[in-house]
Amino acid sequence: MPTTFFEWVLFFADKYGLYFLQGAGTTLLIASFGTITGLAIGLVVAVLRTVPIEANDPAPRKIFYTVIRWIFVAYIEIFRGTPMIVQSMVIYYGSAELWGLDMSPMTAALFIVSINTGAYMAEIARGGIISIDKGQYEAAQSIGMTHTQTMLHIILPQALRNILPSIGNEFVVNIKDTSVLNVISVTELFFMSKSAAGTYMRYFEVFFITCVIYFVLTFSVTRILLFIEKKMRGSESFVIHGSQTVPHAVIKGGAR
Amino acid sequence: MSENIISVSHLEKSFGGNQVLRDIDFKAYTGDVISIIGSSGSGKSTLLRCINQLEKPTSGAIFFHGKNIQDPGFSLSAYRAKVGMVFQNFNLFNNLSVLQNCVVGQVKVLNRDHGTAAKRALEILEKVGMSQYIEAKPAQISGGQKQRVAIARALAMDPEVLLFDEPTSALDPEMVGEVLNVMGTLAKSGLTMLVVTHEMDFAREVSNRIVFMDEGVIVEDATPEEMFVNPKSERTKAFLNRFRNR
Repeated sequence: MPTTFFEWVLFFADKYGLYFLQGAGTTLLIASFGTITGLAIGLVVAVLRTVPIEANDPAPRKIFYTVIRWIFVAYIEIFRGTPMIVQSMVIYYGSAELWGLDMSPMTAALFIVSINTGAYMAEIARGGIISIDKGQYEAAQSIGMTHTQTMLHIILPQALRNILPSIGNEFVVNIKDTSVLNVISVTELFFMSKSAAGTYMRYFEVFFITCVIYFVLTFSVTRILLFIEKKMRGSESFVIHGSQTVPHAVIKGGAR
Repeated sequence: MSENIISVSHLEKSFGGNQVLRDIDFKAYTGDVISIIGSSGSGKSTLLRCINQLEKPTSGAIFFHGKNIQDPGFSLSAYRAKVGMVFQNFNLFNNLSVLQNCVVGQVKVLNRDHGTAAKRALEILEKVGMSQYIEAKPAQISGGQKQRVAIARALAMDPEVLLFDEPTSALDPEMVGEVLNVMGTLAKSGLTMLVVTHEMDFAREVSNRIVFMDEGVIVEDATPEEMFVNPKSERTKAFLNRFRNR
């Protein structure tokens, strides 16, 4: 049997390497699925919450959007206001008890992380939308674009760019917080580590490895997002086409 | 005889307890180039924004070719495509290139196909002297250039009326000329224009009618000659004098 710390670390890395990788894979899968679905939920919620209700709108429309807003506020408050670890217990066991749903832990995990992230994303997206200058809405409205068209083609592309750092935040939080899903036996990284550690009663060494893996995952994700952010920022200057002094600035786009 | 295109009847607008427009009656005919002048806070921008329905009037009515634009069945989207607006702060779509700024409305609102829309956009950008910048983003061009693109964006919808809300007020002095030139050319083309402006030379030389507003009412509505040479109201005189003495 290994005796020193490093021997143990090597021992686990060798014997449970695949185990760790599987766990990390599951963690990454749940976190990315949850973040992307959560973002989609958040965007839909935020867009619907920002639909303007005018004084002279027909009554059914007014009632519809008022009820929708109320439901969304309740959703956001409940899912932001309770721990995900508790949500997973309630949803996983509750769905089986109340409706006899036989969800696999993995299905439950994907659902829970998505719906939980959605609540946060809804507020992030709303922040992104209201941060866009009101003039952008007005300009779109002034050429006859509808609320949906304005959102889809003008506001959301700009809002998304602004909220990218917050989306990255959520992604990182999700990679780490999927660890709570071990309570419903999802075989993610934390669950795998716990079983490996339990077999040999070596918690420090195993969780040291786990720690390193989590960090590698989150660090790679933040670097990738930073790269995307830079790409989206674009250039500050522009070379006019057909410039006499800049040889590569040829006229494109069939202007003449 | 030109046709009545926009008419405003007993229009009132309040923001909370603050009444900005009082009993405005006003008619524009096709081909009119109307400058709306007055000190800040006189309600001239609000009038323009009410006409485009960016502000909902508190009471009163606005008619476009005789149709009430606040009727439930009236298509606001189609109306806005016909009545374009140019803003003080340009409000170009920051996420889109110069060309796309002029294309997106045509494709989404007028349902033109992308090729037709791009061709139309290019023609107009050429007219305003911006065809070399079609791939630039708004952040990459100057204020005067932005405003010319904003005018092109509105023109690409083939509007019947263009509303200008202080189009040169946010510009550096040396860029005002290029925008006024474009507007002068448009005025000659027969487009109906309503221009809220502080540019008295433009009002005098380009428009055929000047509306002077003060404290939410239309004080005087006259030709440039009458307005500048022989204003009827004391308030108009006082306002024009302040401008002359600047």
